[in-house]
Amino acid sequence: MNRYAISAIYKFEMARTKRTIFQSIISPVISTSLYFVVFGSAIGSRITEIGGVSYGAFIVPGLIMLSLLTQSISNASFGIYFPKFTGTIYELLSAPISYYEVLIGYVGAAATKSILLSLIILATAGLFVPLEIAHPFWMLFFMVMTAITFSLFGFIIGIWADNFEKLQIIPMLVVTPLVFLGGTFYSVNMLPAFWQSVTLFNPVLYLISGFRWSFYEISDVSLTTSVTVILGFLALCMLTIWWIFKSGYQIKK
Amino acid sequence: MPAIIQINKLSKIYAGGFQALDTINLSIDKAEIIALLGPNGAGKTTLISTICGIINPSSGSVTVDGHDIIDGYRHTRKVIGLVPQELTTDSFETVWDTVSFSRGLFGKKPNPQFIEQTLKDLSLWDKKDNKIMELSGGMKRRVMIAKALSHEPTVLFLDEPTAGVDVELRKDMWNLVRKLRSNGVTIILTTHYIEEAEEIADRIGVIKNGQLILIEDKVSLMKKLGKKQLILDLKENLTDLPSELENFDIQLKSQGMRLIYTYDTTEEHSGIAALLQQLSKLGIQFNDLKTDQSSLEDIFVSLVRDAV
Repeated sequence: MNRYAISAIYKFEMARTKRTIFQSIISPVISTSLYFVVFGSAIGSRITEIGGVSYGAFIVPGLIMLSLLTQSISNASFGIYFPKFTGTIYELLSAPISYYEVLIGYVGAAATKSILLSLIILATAGLFVPLEIAHPFWMLFFMVMTAITFSLFGFIIGIWADNFEKLQIIPMLVVTPLVFLGGTFYSVNMLPAFWQSVTLFNPVLYLISGFRWSFYEISDVSLTTSVTVILGFLALCMLTIWWIFKSGYQIKK
Repeated sequence: MPAIIQINKLSKIYAGGFQALDTINLSIDKAEIIALLGPNGAGKTTLISTICGIINPSSGSVTVDGHDIIDGYRHTRKVIGLVPQELTTDSFETVWDTVSFSRGLFGKKPNPQFIEQTLKDLSLWDKKDNKIMELSGGMKRRVMIAKALSHEPTVLFLDEPTAGVDVELRKDMWNLVRKLRSNGVTIILTTHYIEEAEEIADRIGVIKNGQLILIEDKVSLMKKLGKKQLILDLKENLTDLPSELENFDIQLKSQGMRLIYTYDTTEEHSGIAALLQQLSKLGIQFNDLKTDQSSLEDIFVSLVRDAV
């Protein structure tokens, strides 16, 4: 294994975060804080509790998941797309490094950044609402697995995209709506029966539900289902990446 | 001595059906400098990119330092350094960081002393903390070379390394190439500057339409294909070429004021003495005489034209 190469990619990506600290860390923290203020105050004054948890505390796992998903995708997709855009990908392609080592470097850095961000948001949330984490192991499990899986998904988007519009289209038009409609701000039990059934097709619901369970032991679906969905999506992303590497799709001529 | 690079029947056909390389065979020795010439789109960059692993070959094989470029890519890429044609750099990185990144990417342990020496050799040391976006085009070209040298390669590909750089930098680069070669580095460069090939290459390859139409030692190529001419400026003009001179490859030019005799440098006798004797017999006097040899550029143009 070319550990120096993995380390070089990882450090390069982490250094980029340092250079763009406002965009990478401060901006998402401010956005999430605004969600607390707007949703926590506006809706929280009408919905005091869900499942015995204050509304402000209820939305914390969903908001963390929102950042975790979008930042994982954005970090990884941009990380691999930018060398393609600038042409510096020639160096990656001509280096004595396997595709999987490239993947570990980029996805590792993207996941690290989004996990750090999530932990910062978690700490920030603690300033607004009283927090409790019933199952810290499962909280970390969902956080890490989601970060890795969606960083892999972001890597796929970064490989697929051949312009900046494509880079943004999936996160903006697919992922963000799925997160909003996946129970970030509400429990699916509050929806009419028809929409409850529709929501069950939203994979993000399972992530938020499992993550929220690790905090408050309340969930919309069972823990097993949540774990199965995240592992299933991870397997799907790995399979897609395996095919990309095998075929050289959008990488090699 | 076994070849450091061995290319066997290498072909590349792109997805659209365009054949960029057509059955290339080439053997390159250690510490050799090879210049690849050819018109735009001839396949020079495709050949380099294929050897470096950026493009997949359609057929044929390439070994570098005894290892196949596909099965043994970890070894072959470790010994290869590439300076691409385009100035593709990460604008926001510092010179030091980007060169150190390249060393790590190619699997080498960090070595700040070596990076420092490389930057000093390329007159980049005082720019080490500058962001690449702040550098001039010539400086960026030096950074690209520093990146390619950062992992101490034994084979260096320079794809048009002096395109758009000033004369001083071009000469610096030639000196660097010679220094690298003296350290045992094999160098393959593509160029549009014939004088560059003439100046530093040991062998010249000409690529046209994806085919290697010629690969020859530079000196013997110039000897073999280079024509020499004896130019005589006459005292008085001639209306016609005298019949006594018909056995010579001679032309009357400049309204009868100049005779141009073309001869082959590889022949045992150039025929100059016989010509001068004949001119003396005929009473043809001249003010001046000089010789002219065809340059590599003339040879290149004639080869490319003939291969159409």
